[in-house]
Amino acid sequence: MEWETVIGLEVHAQLATKSKIFSGSSTTFGAEPNIQASALDLAMPGTLPTPNEEAFRYAIMFGLAIGAKIAKTSVFERKNYFYPDLPKGYQTTQLEKPIVGSGKIEIELSSGAKKTIRIHHAHLEEDAGKSLHEDFEDMTGVDLNRAGTPLIEIVSEPDISNAEEAIAFAKKLHSIVTSLGICDGEMSQGSMRFDVNISIRRPGEDLGTRTETKNLNSFKFMEDAISMEVERQIYLIEDGEKIIQETRLYNGDTKESRSLRSKEEANDYRYFPCPDLLPVVIEDDYIEKIRKSLPELPDARYHRFIQQYELSAYDASILSSDRAIGQYFETAVKTSGDIKLTVNWILGGLSARLNDANLLINLSPVKAEQLAGMIFRIHDGTISGKMAKQVFDAMWSGDGDADTIIKARGLKQVSDDKAIEVLVNEVLAGNPTQVSEFCKAEETKRSKMLGYFVGQIMKASKGQANPKQVNDILLQKLNGLP
Amino acid sequence: MTNDHTIHIKTIASIISGLNSREFSSVEVTQYYLNRIQQLDGIYNCYITVNEEFALAQAKASDKQRASGNFPLFCGVPIAHKDIFCTKGVRTSCGSKMLDNFIPPYDATVVEKFYHSGAVVLGKTNMDEFAMGSSNETSFYGSVKNPWDTNTVPGGSSGGSAAAIASHLTPGATGTDTGGSIRQPAALCGITGLKPTYGRVSRWGMIAFASSLDQAGPMARTAEDCALMLNVMAGFDPKDSTSINKSVPDYTLDLSHTVEGLKIGVPKEYFQKGLNPETEKAILEALSQLEKQGASLVSIDLPHTNLAVPAYYVIAPAEASANLSRFDGVRYGHRCENPIDLRDMYMRSRAEGFGDEVKRRILVGTYCLSAGYYDAYYRKAQQVRRLIKQDFVSAFESVDVIMGPTSPTPAFEFGSKSNDPIAMYLEDIFTIATNLAGLPGMSVPCGFVDKKPVGLQIIGNYFEEARMLNVAHQFQCVTGWHQQIPEGVKLSSENEEGVN
Repeated sequence: MEWETVIGLEVHAQLATKSKIFSGSSTTFGAEPNIQASALDLAMPGTLPTPNEEAFRYAIMFGLAIGAKIAKTSVFERKNYFYPDLPKGYQTTQLEKPIVGSGKIEIELSSGAKKTIRIHHAHLEEDAGKSLHEDFEDMTGVDLNRAGTPLIEIVSEPDISNAEEAIAFAKKLHSIVTSLGICDGEMSQGSMRFDVNISIRRPGEDLGTRTETKNLNSFKFMEDAISMEVERQIYLIEDGEKIIQETRLYNGDTKESRSLRSKEEANDYRYFPCPDLLPVVIEDDYIEKIRKSLPELPDARYHRFIQQYELSAYDASILSSDRAIGQYFETAVKTSGDIKLTVNWILGGLSARLNDANLLINLSPVKAEQLAGMIFRIHDGTISGKMAKQVFDAMWSGDGDADTIIKARGLKQVSDDKAIEVLVNEVLAGNPTQVSEFCKAEETKRSKMLGYFVGQIMKASKGQANPKQVNDILLQKLNGLP
Repeated sequence: MTNDHTIHIKTIASIISGLNSREFSSVEVTQYYLNRIQQLDGIYNCYITVNEEFALAQAKASDKQRASGNFPLFCGVPIAHKDIFCTKGVRTSCGSKMLDNFIPPYDATVVEKFYHSGAVVLGKTNMDEFAMGSSNETSFYGSVKNPWDTNTVPGGSSGGSAAAIASHLTPGATGTDTGGSIRQPAALCGITGLKPTYGRVSRWGMIAFASSLDQAGPMARTAEDCALMLNVMAGFDPKDSTSINKSVPDYTLDLSHTVEGLKIGVPKEYFQKGLNPETEKAILEALSQLEKQGASLVSIDLPHTNLAVPAYYVIAPAEASANLSRFDGVRYGHRCENPIDLRDMYMRSRAEGFGDEVKRRILVGTYCLSAGYYDAYYRKAQQVRRLIKQDFVSAFESVDVIMGPTSPTPAFEFGSKSNDPIAMYLEDIFTIATNLAGLPGMSVPCGFVDKKPVGLQIIGNYFEEARMLNVAHQFQCVTGWHQQIPEGVKLSSENEEGVN
């Protein structure tokens, strides 16, 4: 029987401000526990919050990027619940009057089809600290370094129909916030976390009961968690059971999900406007100033890449999705002299190495200028593609620029027609049997046989002959034979 | 050692001039007050913490600074802080067992400002737990006795500050006022106290009860002293988002202005049943005194007055219920012994750390904010709050100040209202509306009923503290109510003189 899946996402993105949303403490990741927790972050009595303007600016940038209306007046509220990593006993967040109103985001699916996902709203709030359940025998440690880190929570409408769309949406959001520079996008550090609301129904029916799977911090986990939850719900309903409205946790390592709490057990958060923070009024001028200074967004970059560099849609979409990759590409292509080779190297060799080393492109040991220098030498025939791999490895290990490495290792490709011709003649003379077979062979088999000669010639040149020239001269010679 | 045995009757203004003319040193004044505290506070229980060593060190330093010729106005003047203000390195309890062990690593802005002005801090004064109370009976450190009659309450929540001034255990003290907590104890103890406009004085470092209502202010013997103190306290603080960035006048400048032509609004609603007839008489006499000085009385309406107490007892507990959530035993403050799990730790730490009145208000506030009740209580109360504010805005279109009683009765006996929360809440019936409206209000001694002081309340328009202080000062220029001294206090000082 047919089932339709209805998915809505709530995405928490940590804003890349230097200090916290209501205190001057640093937001740097990975510090010793509680080093970045001030009296305010510890919720010492008498301390008061003062809003960080940068957090508002970032939220407004996001709102403008998704075509949303920016609220003239936004109000912080207190969401009350007790937990050791929530020092005040309430989270300062926005409810009735969020900073960013409704907007929309377009996603592209593997089929090439496009779909618009509506954003219900996005609001500012503070992150909680972390409870550390390991390392303390029978006790729990509390690290408040993260407490008060500014978050923007982006809430989608239930417009998403399957895991593929959810991932495409999440990736697009990732691409937007990193392009804006408002979030570092480091999923492994929790900079972006996804809550997925899922329900199923038969086509045409009302919405089913939904569950919420919280705190997914990788696209892969999200994909797995959605597939698993949809299956679970179908199984339950087809088995005659009912879906319970609940919050669930998914463990990406064990690939298991479990119920955290049902709706009945849920807290009554007793939201009310925070009396320590006055309503924030944002003037049109302020918004306009931000609009004018907005960096290029992924969609615009995508179209520009296609137009300016004549990239394929596929290449353009990957290179434009992330600001850092886009910047890397554009820096490299400026001096590499070969767009196609540059794209291939970034999406091929470089990406593979970065993935293996688990590095983001802005931390690549091979800088864009270095890669460009190497490609330039491929392009001008100094080195072959094969040599380039050696050069790249050496650059990755920190041996310097391509030219230095080429010189030091004597990797210069032989591009002298005369010298190559000598080699070709030697090899043809040394393999008379193969030459005569080649001459007798049908056209379709010849290309394979050609490879043999090329291999021999390259070997004779110790790999330094320009393969293209070898090919050309070889063909010329063979075709000239009787 | 000074031979001046009248230091305790001196106002802040006269201590400043005595220090300026070298009649006595700060160490002498400070030691004098510390001696009095040691001798008398056993009776009144005004102080939770007295830090002699620290006070004398400050006094010594200020004498040195004074000798250098370049010194701030309060240099060497002793004062006390309500124990709601965080003091770096000095225990700040807020009158609660919950914070009995709490030593803040920072100073409240108000405390810092007094340090910068050179004041010497004698100690931290007693108060109702978390400022919740009108009688000082809810303090974990025992109730404060009213120096005019030790069988009666000093009022609250700033009862320790008010009684310390009335018993001459400090010339001035800070207080806070959420629903009358400066004005009502000032009235009951026969001293002068002022709650400034909301946002005039920084709330940073002041332990929150109800954030949208809390405001710190000065308490002293005279309006002039309050003006001097407010000069120190007032001002914008970037650390408090609700503080207002508006220039601060010198509050002493207008004191000597005449009240001739002043239009005093007298709300009908402040003279209805519940008001002690003797108190009413004292208030009316004070009003006619001001009339004699050239002011005119205008009868006005504040139609929503009867809604102030109910609205307040929704809004204040609602805010308090969230403000007090941080006292969970996790990071500081009281934690129960041997908790078996997290829930047990939360429940027992809070059950043991908080007193009954605090628990009552947390429960009320939690209820008012609960799903399904928010609109009926909290939202409705906020609407009422706007109506109350509008009453005042309209009234101030035709009058300069509003006057009436501070408290419906003079000081009452211990235990007489502590089992009847509603009766206790009605203590603040005339003071609460100004907090809801954010207006400044003050209480000035204006007579006695059964040998117990009566306070005249003066409510000003927003940021018109200077005018209120001017009116109060002019009243004090021709009346002697603020100069009266409780019997016990006089006797004690005579004994002290005898001993010396």
